[in-house]
Amino acid sequence: MELDRQQLEEMYRRMCRIRYFEEAVIKIHSSGELIGPAHPYIGEEAVAVGVCAALRDDDRIAGNHRSHGHPIAKGGDVKRAMAEILGKVDGFCKGKGGSMHLADFSIGILGESGIVASSVPIATGAALASKLGKKDFISVVFFGDGASNQGACHESMNMAALWDLPVIFVCENNGYAITTSYRNSVSVDHVSDRASAYGMPGVLVDGQDAIAVWEATNEAVVRARAGEGPTLIEAMTYRFEDHSLGLDRIVKSQYRTQEEVDEAKMRDPLDIHRAAIISHGFTTDAECDEIEATVKSEIDEAVEFARNSPFPEPGDLYDDMWATPV
Amino acid sequence: MAMKTYIQAIAEATVEEMERDETVFTMGEDLRQSVYGATAGLVDRFGEDRVIDTPLSENGFFGAALGASLCGMRPIVETVTSFLWVGMDQLISQASKMRYMFGGQAELPVTFRIRMFYARGAAAHHSDRNYPIFMNTPGLKIICPTNAYDAKGLMKTAVRDNDVCMLFEDGIAISSRAEVPDNEDLPGGELLVPFGVANTVRAGSDVTVVGIAGGVQHALDAAKVLEAEGVSLEVIDPRTLVPLDIETILNSVERTGRLVVVDPAHKMCSAASQIAASVAQEGFWSLQAPIQVVASEQVNVPYSPALEPLIYPTPEKVVAAVRTVLD
Repeated sequence: MELDRQQLEEMYRRMCRIRYFEEAVIKIHSSGELIGPAHPYIGEEAVAVGVCAALRDDDRIAGNHRSHGHPIAKGGDVKRAMAEILGKVDGFCKGKGGSMHLADFSIGILGESGIVASSVPIATGAALASKLGKKDFISVVFFGDGASNQGACHESMNMAALWDLPVIFVCENNGYAITTSYRNSVSVDHVSDRASAYGMPGVLVDGQDAIAVWEATNEAVVRARAGEGPTLIEAMTYRFEDHSLGLDRIVKSQYRTQEEVDEAKMRDPLDIHRAAIISHGFTTDAECDEIEATVKSEIDEAVEFARNSPFPEPGDLYDDMWATPV
Repeated sequence: MAMKTYIQAIAEATVEEMERDETVFTMGEDLRQSVYGATAGLVDRFGEDRVIDTPLSENGFFGAALGASLCGMRPIVETVTSFLWVGMDQLISQASKMRYMFGGQAELPVTFRIRMFYARGAAAHHSDRNYPIFMNTPGLKIICPTNAYDAKGLMKTAVRDNDVCMLFEDGIAISSRAEVPDNEDLPGGELLVPFGVANTVRAGSDVTVVGIAGGVQHALDAAKVLEAEGVSLEVIDPRTLVPLDIETILNSVERTGRLVVVDPAHKMCSAASQIAASVAQEGFWSLQAPIQVVASEQVNVPYSPALEPLIYPTPEKVVAAVRTVLD
């Protein structure tokens, strides 16, 4: 299977969408409009977008606290995402979730989780439902290098391989769990080295190359839909911003050198994808510029929409607790 | 109508719900061999896809049950109170919170069947009575059947309920027998007990005694002893702790003016604490005497048969508490 022009352009569009969205989030955080934490996905766009380009709408995804990229990559509405981040009633979750709990079940986004690795068993269960119900949707979970050490991860991978579940484990290895380098937390060279211990294929991929990520994911998708079970994909990537907005006010010492950050920024996933699709003749500079301009307007509109959306009423506090209230 | 044990009632409820709805499946450790007694013959009847033996991975398979329930399945997870700790993150961070934090998008029709061993020398690690902890966490329904009739009816209601239900099977009650009607004799053709409706097991006039789980039987035994002395106990079984039918309890205390609460959980922050506090706050003017709580001693469970029985409520302790409240 190959990607066509439309898909390649859409991938660029979604990567831009994530990038400009996150830049807007940084602005509203600096201005004091955004209360609470936010964890920018800048630099990692190719991972979420490359993976989601291989999925159908009814395939499920679950994510983590670095939570804005996955829903946007899956096709989530940036207006509703921005409104959710500001705690407004028109957000995905009516303002009840916030940045770390974006979810849109209508397009298979089973939610981002604030507790590291906590969504891995959930995604595994979604795959279980697909198998038990004899459906053919698959499930994908995004988790980090830090999360890979949680018991929940190991338990899920064991069950998934044991039962041949159609789940793809995508480790977004950006090198750090807050300030801890993965080389100081993972006992093997790569998270994907662990895959064989569970009895599933482990794939190491350049996470800055959206097309490479798509290729690895597509292979895993084909396996999963054929009933051949799970795959562990480790996408080597880098977060250009700090772990969370404003962390530098708390953590004074540098856990990453400026040289390392600058070097990583030279492999910007947006530049890499743009250059690739132009050089292969799928599109032109002018068309890419136009995509960027269109997306910038979308994001401006999203911020406007979020600002204009009302806050929930005090009377909404007890809503959405139960299917049948107590 | 037939006399059935609590376990038989749970097993029957499970079979009926699995026959009624093909999305219902069971998962847990050693289910196929029915080590805990309620799943005998289930795998032969429904197949391996619907009766799943899990690896020892509570955090993993609790979460998998939740994920499956988000995608159209209706899991029944069998486990033990003392193993809930292993899966706490999935129970608290996900099960209790997903619906609300996703603005109502998540539907989690999972029933956890939780066996509660105690008072049988199972020692510190296998004697937890931890339902109060889950009462404190918003988002979980807590069900404590005390007899075979309620076990069947509440289990069926739990499976059909679209919220996360934690059904605690009191280890002392599981071999008790009670009359369970045959489906042909029931108006709707099946036995369903609603949540949030307490059962006045024994009507009385002098003291209200609320029993939680195995506490109900101690209250009933105490009632027999005290009846001979002319003291009339009204014994109430809330049946579900979340939702809790505090109205029935308040109405009773309004008539009797005296309350004893019997709870096998450790006394600090027990279900009894919550009920006592609610009555003290909302029924203060009905009270003729301070509320008495008979709960487990606030100490870890020792193994020795010389020590363990000292911890738990007994009919004698309930009698003593009633005498105190009448004093």
